[in-house]
Amino acid sequence: MRLSPKSTQRLSWKLIWAAGIITVLILVFLVSYVLTKGLAVISPEFLLTPPEGGLSGAGGISSCIVATLWLIAITMAILTPLGIGAAIYLTEYAPDNRFTHFIRYSVELLAGVPSIVFGLFGFAIFVLVLHFNYSILAGALTLICLLLPFLVRSTEEAMRAIPLSQREAALALGATKWQTVVHVVLPAALPGIVTGIILCVGGAIAESACLYVTMGGSAAMPTSFLSGGRTLAVHVFYLAMETNALDKALATGAVLILIILMLNLITKWLSRHLQAKMEGG
Amino acid sequence: MSRYFIDRISKRGVFTLAMVAFLILVFVAVFMLRESLPALSKIGLGNILLGVKWYPSHDSFGILTMVAGSLVVTLLALAMAVPLAIGCAIFLAEVAPPRIRRITRPAVELLVGIPSVVYGLVGMIVLCPLIARFSGIGSGSSVLAAAIVLAIMVLPTITSISEDSIRAVPAQYKEGALALGATPWQTIRHVILPAAHRGIIAAIVLGTGRAIGETMAMVMVIGNSPVFPTNLFAPARTLTGNIAVEIAAATGLHESALFTTGLVLFIVIMIINSFGLIAYRRAK
Repeated sequence: MRLSPKSTQRLSWKLIWAAGIITVLILVFLVSYVLTKGLAVISPEFLLTPPEGGLSGAGGISSCIVATLWLIAITMAILTPLGIGAAIYLTEYAPDNRFTHFIRYSVELLAGVPSIVFGLFGFAIFVLVLHFNYSILAGALTLICLLLPFLVRSTEEAMRAIPLSQREAALALGATKWQTVVHVVLPAALPGIVTGIILCVGGAIAESACLYVTMGGSAAMPTSFLSGGRTLAVHVFYLAMETNALDKALATGAVLILIILMLNLITKWLSRHLQAKMEGG
Repeated sequence: MSRYFIDRISKRGVFTLAMVAFLILVFVAVFMLRESLPALSKIGLGNILLGVKWYPSHDSFGILTMVAGSLVVTLLALAMAVPLAIGCAIFLAEVAPPRIRRITRPAVELLVGIPSVVYGLVGMIVLCPLIARFSGIGSGSSVLAAAIVLAIMVLPTITSISEDSIRAVPAQYKEGALALGATPWQTIRHVILPAAHRGIIAAIVLGTGRAIGETMAMVMVIGNSPVFPTNLFAPARTLTGNIAVEIAAATGLHESALFTTGLVLFIVIMIINSFGLIAYRRAK
């Protein structure tokens, strides 16, 4: 049977609307489910007491918040200069030869390697061989390996978007290459670079697999970067798998969603704000 | 310090950083290979890849059941997610009124960033009991639960990248087709989708990579028994889950076998991503 163009039009439009609505409904259900169930449990007390750990679901999430903050601080302190420096070299200095292509290709390929594979690597190297044991440091170093390809790529993209003519103008005025990079290219590429950095922070907060196998999951309050710990995301996993406190797992999930939402809003605001500033608005 | 001196120093500086970054990544690959060698030489690649028994206490390390687990769950998830995601991408790019688009677009972007454990948690609380009641066996931790959770997880990723590539089709194509009297659906089907198809393929490939690599959400809903995924309502285990569940207690040959599991994952993802990269480059 062949349908007339008119009826295929009507049918296909219905299906497309259905796909759109179903997708949006699934996603709205997911977020609102976690938020409504979770927010009912969240209280100042929940945020300020540490979890009991083990098979008990009692307590709050304070030590998980602290561990997450420690982890982000160490990770970003090393990752940011490393990733941005590497991207500067690749966009501004690297000669157009096979070796450079090889580097870029391996960075792109590694951007898709699953986090548990990096976790395995981090467990063997940082936890066992280098004797950092299960610690925030081991987790952070593993996370750096995981996020590095992403940050290099996003920074490179941001810098590449700056027109060549701006660099040429700076060089023609007598600036050195480095002065051009620092005073012309980096400021112009800043919105893109900062967005990449914030996405890395978001990735660190959302990550669970590679941290589950490198940080040990202790529920105690971390005292230094050498103590073990569990981030909020890993805490959700422990609560769900080892305790009956599913309501607290949902509450922790709600906290995570709110943090990710906030980071999203910050990137949106930042890119609009910086864009306007650069265009002289 | 003269600016020329700074110029030279900084060039060395960023070169060093780039090399450090590159070497870290090479080191990860080499290390994975080296750690898998004991298992590969003692047990043999064939026995690991094609072995169906995973009994670490008896030194049998066959991962075929997990390879099957990962593939079945991923394919089922894609079968559910791809039609929905492409439909939703067409909806957002071509059909939806601007008012709806302004809300849904950021919402889909937000969902890409939500931690996978949250998806796993909702799957555990909402989906598994439903499946248990429907099938009448076990706790509901099953291949089907894993596939549905995975489908929902890759939905935002595939939707947002497909939407971008549909939007990137020049407006003249669409206007030309409509001016010739094609219906909007004919225009989408015969003009816009063919023009955007490489970007859509890239989106699907990226989604596939994410699905195969997903770990914790799978551990939460699939039940983790290393058996063949022959029954939709029965548990199975994925390659990623195998590593996560066992690494803390593993030593010696067992540990090496887990590295081999990681290596197999690494290679599968590399192959999928190479295809994705090629498709994406062509799309540009």
